[in-house]
Amino acid sequence: MNEVTIDVERMARRYGTRWALADVTFHVPPATVMMVAGRNGAGKSTLFRVLSTAIRPDRGSVRIGGFDAVRQREDVRRIVALLSHQNYLYEALTAKENLQVVADHLGAGRERVMPLLETVGLAARADDVISTFSAGMRKRLSFARVLLQDPRIVLLDEPYGALDPPGFDLVDQVIADLKRGGATILMATHQWERGAQMSDVALVLDQGRVVWQGPAAEALQYEPRATGGAR
Amino acid sequence: MEMPNVSTNRAPYVMLALGVICLLIGSWYGLFVAPAEKYMGDVQRIMYVHVPTAWNWMLAVIFSLVAAVAFLFKNDMKWDTRLEAGLEVGTLFAFLLCCQGAIWAKPTWGVWWDWDPRLTTTAVLLFAFLGILALRRFVDDPVKRAIWSSVATIIASIDLPIVYFSVKWWNSLHQTQSSPNTVSSLFHIPLRMNAFGVLFLMIGFIMLRSRIAAYRLQHELAAPPVLVGEEAGELA
Amino acid sequence: MLGAAIRKELLLQWRTRGQMMAVFVFGAASLLLFSFAIGPNALALRTFSGGFLWLALLLSSTLTLSESFHAEMENRAMEGLLLLPSDPRALYYAKAIANWLQLTLLGVALVPVMVVLYDAGTTRLLTLLLIIVLGAAGLSAPGTLYAAMTAQLKAKQTLLPLLLFPLIVPALLASVKATSLVILGDAMGEAKSWLILLGAFDLIYWSMCGLLYGRVVEE
Repeated sequence: MNEVTIDVERMARRYGTRWALADVTFHVPPATVMMVAGRNGAGKSTLFRVLSTAIRPDRGSVRIGGFDAVRQREDVRRIVALLSHQNYLYEALTAKENLQVVADHLGAGRERVMPLLETVGLAARADDVISTFSAGMRKRLSFARVLLQDPRIVLLDEPYGALDPPGFDLVDQVIADLKRGGATILMATHQWERGAQMSDVALVLDQGRVVWQGPAAEALQYEPRATGGAR
Repeated sequence: MEMPNVSTNRAPYVMLALGVICLLIGSWYGLFVAPAEKYMGDVQRIMYVHVPTAWNWMLAVIFSLVAAVAFLFKNDMKWDTRLEAGLEVGTLFAFLLCCQGAIWAKPTWGVWWDWDPRLTTTAVLLFAFLGILALRRFVDDPVKRAIWSSVATIIASIDLPIVYFSVKWWNSLHQTQSSPNTVSSLFHIPLRMNAFGVLFLMIGFIMLRSRIAAYRLQHELAAPPVLVGEEAGELA
Repeated sequence: MLGAAIRKELLLQWRTRGQMMAVFVFGAASLLLFSFAIGPNALALRTFSGGFLWLALLLSSTLTLSESFHAEMENRAMEGLLLLPSDPRALYYAKAIANWLQLTLLGVALVPVMVVLYDAGTTRLLTLLLIIVLGAAGLSAPGTLYAAMTAQLKAKQTLLPLLLFPLIVPALLASVKATSLVILGDAMGEAKSWLILLGAFDLIYWSMCGLLYGRVVEE
């Protein structure tokens, strides 16, 4: 399997007159788990949206798996999967149907849908319309959606959000499985300790800029505390 | 996305001055020197502004179409500034044409609007361009705004001939009332003068309006500010 | 991929079929209101029935077209599909075809209402069906494109009709003319030329909007 890296060089992205990301530079080696940490509004989601090619960078360059994220978007999209705040689901369809739509668009068969629903613990609710689902259940379904894409690079935006403790274990299991399969994983999370435990390296963002990067274990010192945080 | 450079030369003001001069000469000639038309009388004199406006309106629409296509191919924001100018000038001229048409129709036919194919097409395009200008107001992201208005302009421009033909067929089943388009061949001077006058004015307007759009884009597309924290860190 | 996209569209439409009923009622109510504008003049009502049918259909289309993107925008589902990756043109055509189907069904459903309210019957039912099919196609192609644009904006309710209405004037004229001829009598066989105009409009717009759609949805 090809080794897939992420190379970001002086990347910037604006929303209106506000720069959500500015002068972001980092490199992720293959088969690595990187934790992306920062306060609310630091730019983590924006970063993931740029990496997944959902939005274009306004400055700088982004190369994923050797492909340019602006000029070779299709190639990047084939190997990247994003678990987003927006869960990309159709409210009017059932859990099974939502996954079947994705499988159809991928040109893949529908056989993997039910096994994936079992993996994420939604097999019993497969034929229920997702407008009846709780936030945690939608998260689980989004995970199934990501796994269905068989990605080389996985971008998880708040994977632990809205989940219960069994859900936390599921996320850890999924991350471990993906890592074993050689995938590169970026995880944005507020769960500093858990995230640092699961990750190899960490990147800390503040106000759209990279303020620190290094081994995940050392990232804990940057966790903001109620009293103001150590910096 | 390229940031447009804004030129500051005096060319637009020269254009505006030339335009005003030509219009003054042409209008004086058309109003006072040229004789009244045999059948229609003095009302026909509106031709001396109506026809030049119509010609230049077509030019403005073509210019907008060219700017839209150029932007989609080259992704250079300077074409978006030109598109913005072309859209506004095109809208203005379309509105003027409709007013002139109404002013001519009332004394001639007793109605304000006579469904003449050309004028009706102009009215349709007036609304189309107004829609695109409204669209521009509601989109904050400059790049998305440029792409969407280019797409909408292309669609509206392609529609123009189709609208014309369909209204013409629609109208042809009823008695056609002629519109002001015949000008006695003896009096092309005021017509041509005014045509150039409006043309120069239009070029001047487009140049100035593009500059305004470019200034705004410069502000919207400005580079990220230097990090204040870094500077503070140096001082600490 | 087009097949996958169409399957999704039809599934979504089936699931939200309750809304179709509401739009039909809206269209029928519009036809009723238009008749009040004319008054109880049987001849006038019959003469303008074709126009009113298409006006009702046009107004209803602003509801169905913007609604067709609601499901895509709620959870950004369309972005999710584009990131798989999916060909934006296939997604466009699938949506446009689904909207076309919906508008055709709506048009066909409104015909009996028109027949009853305006005494506007005709024996040329197949021709009428053809007019509705072609006219609905003319509304659907640019309508789907503009619905995609305006779905992301705050002023979507006003912008969609504002952008769409001037554009579809030729399709509206041709559809109204052809329908009126079919209802009132077509001694010189003119309906055919209007249908050809309508067909040409459809061809041009279905190709052009498909080409441009990719630029419209990219960020």
